[in-house]
Amino acid sequence: MILLELFWSFFQIGMFSIGGGMAAIPLIQNQVVNIHQWLTLTEFTDLITIAEMTPGPIGINSATFVGIKIAGLPGAIVATVGCIFPSCIIVSLLAWIYFKFKELTVVQGVLSGLRPTIVALIASAGLTIFMLAVWGEGGFSINAQSINFVSVLLFATALFILRKWKLNPVYVMLGSGIIGGAIYLMI
Amino acid sequence: MENKRRIYTKLFISTFYLSAFTFGGGYVIIPLMKKKFVDDLQWLQEDEMLNLTAIAQSSPGPVAVNAALLLGYRIAGISGALVTILGTVLPPLITLSVISLFYSAFRDNIVVNAVLKGMQAGVAAVIADVVLSLGGNVLKQKDGVSVFIMAGAFVATFFLKINVVYIILVCGCIGATKLLFQMKKKQK
Repeated sequence: MILLELFWSFFQIGMFSIGGGMAAIPLIQNQVVNIHQWLTLTEFTDLITIAEMTPGPIGINSATFVGIKIAGLPGAIVATVGCIFPSCIIVSLLAWIYFKFKELTVVQGVLSGLRPTIVALIASAGLTIFMLAVWGEGGFSINAQSINFVSVLLFATALFILRKWKLNPVYVMLGSGIIGGAIYLMI
Repeated sequence: MENKRRIYTKLFISTFYLSAFTFGGGYVIIPLMKKKFVDDLQWLQEDEMLNLTAIAQSSPGPVAVNAALLLGYRIAGISGALVTILGTVLPPLITLSVISLFYSAFRDNIVVNAVLKGMQAGVAAVIADVVLSLGGNVLKQKDGVSVFIMAGAFVATFFLKINVVYIILVCGCIGATKLLFQMKKKQK
């Protein structure tokens, strides 16, 4: 019974979180803390911190975390499947429409408007992460003391390496984590 | 048959590997997918990757899973989609299962925190690299409407914090109107 409840809760979370990540947080809180009391608010805050510190979409991270706590590994699997189930159906439907009608002029027009939009959305996300890396939680400030110069240096070096030698981005991220981590631990 | 199995294996390994190293959700994994599937493997064109991203972004659910599903479907049909979904979901499932067992130790660990802080700069650089390439291509087309959409969408999302769904709807409509307008002009 509990497995069914887990499935249904995360089904709703997956269904109504459009636009990914941050949009899902209030929905998860509503289901997991308010309705079912599977987690306390403190545990929920911990969950969000951990979800942001680990790879993977926040929805799946929380599904696994809550599922394991409530019903062990089967719980984790059931909650995760529930979370991706609605999007799998809707995306498959959209994919079918896209591949069938992509030659149509209207669809071509819509897509030609969406391509520059996606570039802008990625740029915005990148700038947000850049600001978090350089200024921390406090946000942008012209005060030189609030600038994290280690981050600026790591960013510039990483970008140079990526542009110049087209190195695998995964190595660049890991390298920046290891070198940056070592510097932060020393200072 | 042998060839098909090779494609499935490659799809699974690629998505598993990307998902395992994607800190920060959808917007980080999409540049990585573009690098892997468009630049390295050349299984699809840059334009098509952006189209699929638009669909993934405007559908409910995790963007990374949606994008993986679309890529898998585009390259190897339904079974390809199943393979890429599995590849994308397994890493966070495994990681979180392990971490949930000793999560307070993980959360307060200074080494973990230092490495993650260092990684932020690297993630920002990876995204900047892809934005420079994609944005450069949009500018190269010398199409005023596209540049306007790109600038407007950036302001709308970054400064005005408008819901992404609305931005996508409006920009899609602008694109469609522009193309229909151009066709009418041609007919005259």
